[in-house]
Amino acid sequence: MILSKAEAQVLLKKVLGYSKAEACEITLSGSEGGNIRYARNAVSTAGDISTLSVSVNATFGKKTGTATINEFDDASLKKVVQRAEELAQLAPDNPEHMPLLGPADFKEAITYVPATAAATPDTRAEAVAKSIQVAKEAKLEAAGFIENTTSFTAVMNSKGLFAYNTDTDVIFTITTRNQEGTGSGYAARGFNDISKLDTYTATKIATAKANGSANAKAIEPGKYTVILEPVAAAYMMENMFRGFDARNADEGRSFMSKPGGGNRLGEQLMDEKVTIYSDPFNTELPGNTWNREGFPLDKINWIEKGVVKNLSYSQYWAQQKGVKPVPFPSNIIMEGGDASLEDLIKTTEKGILVSRLWYIRMVDPQSLLLTGLTRDGTFYIENGQIKYPIKNFRFNESPVIMLNNVEALGRPERTISVESYRSYLIPPMKIRDFTFTSLSDAV
Amino acid sequence: MKRKDFLQLSAMSLGAVMLPKFALLGNPIDPLQALEEGMTVSMKKELADIALNAAKSKGATYADVRIGRYLNQFIVTRENRVQGVSNTESFGVGIRVIANGSWGFAASNNVTREGIAKTAERAVAVAKANAKIITEPVQLAPQQGYGEVNWKTPIEQNTFAIPVKDKADLLLKVNSIAMQGGANFVNSAILAVNEQKYFASTDGSYIDQDIHRIFPTFTVTKTNKATGKFETRKSLSSPVGMGYEYLTPTPESKVSGIVTRYKDRYDILEDVKNATIDVDQKLKAKTVEPGKYDLILDPSHLWLTIHESVAHPTELDRVLGYEANYAGTSFLTLDKWRSKNFQFGSKHVNIVADKLQKGSLGAVGYDDEGVKCGEWDLIKEGVLVNYQAIRDQAHIIGLKQSQGCCYAQSWEDVQFQRMPNVSLQPGKDTLSVDDMIKNVEKGIYIIGDGSFSIDQQRYNFQFGGQTFYEIKDGKIAGMLKDVAYQANTQEFWNSCTAVADARDYRLGGAFNDGKGQPAQSNAVSHGSSTARFNGVNVINTARKI
Repeated sequence: MILSKAEAQVLLKKVLGYSKAEACEITLSGSEGGNIRYARNAVSTAGDISTLSVSVNATFGKKTGTATINEFDDASLKKVVQRAEELAQLAPDNPEHMPLLGPADFKEAITYVPATAAATPDTRAEAVAKSIQVAKEAKLEAAGFIENTTSFTAVMNSKGLFAYNTDTDVIFTITTRNQEGTGSGYAARGFNDISKLDTYTATKIATAKANGSANAKAIEPGKYTVILEPVAAAYMMENMFRGFDARNADEGRSFMSKPGGGNRLGEQLMDEKVTIYSDPFNTELPGNTWNREGFPLDKINWIEKGVVKNLSYSQYWAQQKGVKPVPFPSNIIMEGGDASLEDLIKTTEKGILVSRLWYIRMVDPQSLLLTGLTRDGTFYIENGQIKYPIKNFRFNESPVIMLNNVEALGRPERTISVESYRSYLIPPMKIRDFTFTSLSDAV
Repeated sequence: MKRKDFLQLSAMSLGAVMLPKFALLGNPIDPLQALEEGMTVSMKKELADIALNAAKSKGATYADVRIGRYLNQFIVTRENRVQGVSNTESFGVGIRVIANGSWGFAASNNVTREGIAKTAERAVAVAKANAKIITEPVQLAPQQGYGEVNWKTPIEQNTFAIPVKDKADLLLKVNSIAMQGGANFVNSAILAVNEQKYFASTDGSYIDQDIHRIFPTFTVTKTNKATGKFETRKSLSSPVGMGYEYLTPTPESKVSGIVTRYKDRYDILEDVKNATIDVDQKLKAKTVEPGKYDLILDPSHLWLTIHESVAHPTELDRVLGYEANYAGTSFLTLDKWRSKNFQFGSKHVNIVADKLQKGSLGAVGYDDEGVKCGEWDLIKEGVLVNYQAIRDQAHIIGLKQSQGCCYAQSWEDVQFQRMPNVSLQPGKDTLSVDDMIKNVEKGIYIIGDGSFSIDQQRYNFQFGGQTFYEIKDGKIAGMLKDVAYQANTQEFWNSCTAVADARDYRLGGAFNDGKGQPAQSNAVSHGSSTARFNGVNVINTARKI
């Protein structure tokens, strides 16, 4: 269920009024949405979900208790506040406890799109019908998933902070495979605005990849120049974004740790073509303008021309280190150039086009070495042209090493990580010496 | 919201990933509230009948209802402090129906007569809407009704009944042993799960089940400031289908050897001491020379290889293509099974599916569509002989009855095919691990699970581990590091030349086997004795940035 800013404020004030704790913070959140899943060119499951809950965080000294409830009559609301206060009294002291933040000027986010909020089961079914039609015409089997969510979060605390945000989100993923099991293609889309979602065109791309990848040839594993499409690059780099944390780095257990102690802030860690930043006001990939701790979020550079510019500092760690807290962001964007994917292919003498990566797991957190596989369309490029599909590879590569080997970056595109479904704005990338370590028979 | 909350959590906790995804599945509650009796069985039966009748009156030809109360407890610590104690509860009802030949599902936390009747109506409406676009109607394998029955995990001590302070104190003791032993950091946690689920169906079953699981775990970290290097060693515990008694060690539960490993009881204080020594050795260990090695894989490691390369490809929904867009398909296609001679592995490879093993995560009396659980062969003397199926798939592989593999992670999620326990049977001939190692000229002995990755059809995999020991001419020659092995599933299992006997049999497992869209977690165990695999490709994973 979605409450407006005014409705949320009234409810939060009421709940906060019940508090007897030294400090109290109330979070109200709700969502509405639905999903539909299909496989073998037919719908398999579908669901509609609506939630609304209130969470109370009560503090006495360094003791904190949290309780949540999804009933909203006065008795229930009083009960949840009381329960949080009881839990706080039972809790052990948390030496890392930090005081609540006071009011701040939070700018309005641009994350909510009414068209997405208005989506119905019919909207989803029609989008699926178009996708299945494309697959059938291409004589392929489609399996896919659409999920749209409208959500809101509002926070109020005893220090006078009040923040509200509402957000819409739609994701679509589609896999098409041929009957013989020799070709497979994929496409993934994520938007705040459902009117940007074109399941017909996305499925066309997946079917082209499926038919184009059939009867792949095996080539030797080794080091190759690769062009990673944004959906492949995003999944690879997501593992790195999670490591932009000062505490782990300072504790000496992250790729951001510096030999001899401390972290790599200020160090040239990547190629100078690499700039990674966050900006909640980016129109392609808008994000929330505040985080759960109550910090306003604004544009911030993490990597600028290859140099580590910022790491995230929690309130506690910032105090320990005598620096300002740096909140973890609500989106991540990587700069690129103007080249299209086709332009990157045209300028490649010998290389491999990677449509998608799969099952990426950390092998060594020290170097951020990751392993995973290519899938759904891997192609050999020669003299600026795609020559033929090749069999899939397993890779062992670190995104940090990869971002030192950047040949060229294309135009950034909004894409989603195929595991977390989180959206990123990422360019296609041409990378030299990308390490493939074995062949896979998987299609 | 759940997904985003999880991301916010996971984004910041790379170094100390301890809270699993299902931390967010319920509402926080008082620890004592978890011990309160939930709704009575007679009340559940009354509500279940309302659901079944409402569904039938709206046109359902089949209906089942699950009234579930799901309790979790997490106690998370690092070094000398408790980072968090949280108790969560989730209570609600999920109703699944067949109408006009199609499945429909709806769920609600409004577990009242009116709420349940409305939810049943919604489920029928969803089924009728989906029926317009189905290609073939659901074929449900017949299932006898069992009447009113119940099942309970045979626990000795309910983890939820142990005072939070006792559990937190145990973890702080674990941490203090690590810090005194020279560790720089230590994270530890106890996770407990209690699923109280009531199932009823139009077949005439009313099944009340009380399921318990526990997972004590830690990670010891040692850093070298000068070089900037660090190493970790995880606990050798397993998540198990047991109560708090898992943390009361017995001499019989210990497996001695290069490091103590554990059967059905776990000595966390002993293991953390060993881990702190191991992590120090890991920092000093020799980097591996890549090449072909004979691998000796301990059950604390092999469970994950079994999970990824045997249990997943024998899931029938993958084989049929239902998971093509998410978890993947399978190389074990129906033609290979029909041939009756597809050599998945060597003659030493006998793999059994079950939902019965005492102490396992998969053990329940009945699955989430009211089928009594059992045991069956998947791989017999190396040959693929069966899959894992549920009621609407049984006919596809010629079965008259489901194998009982249906599971939903919560009342609000629809049940679907999930893997049972899938285990490698011990060798029939007497063979100890020491005797196995004696015959290895050039090998690596691997203990504990580490990094894992496998392709979407389950051909090509790569696994790491916790500790690696070089074997030279039948003897352990010291610790190695930077080890990972890569293989093709069929070649790997055909290179299995020995499996130790039943004395060495142990279970490993995971709470968070993921599948489905929206994704759901399943808890599952995999048993084995130590096994030998010849000539496996080992790579060196060290890189410099």
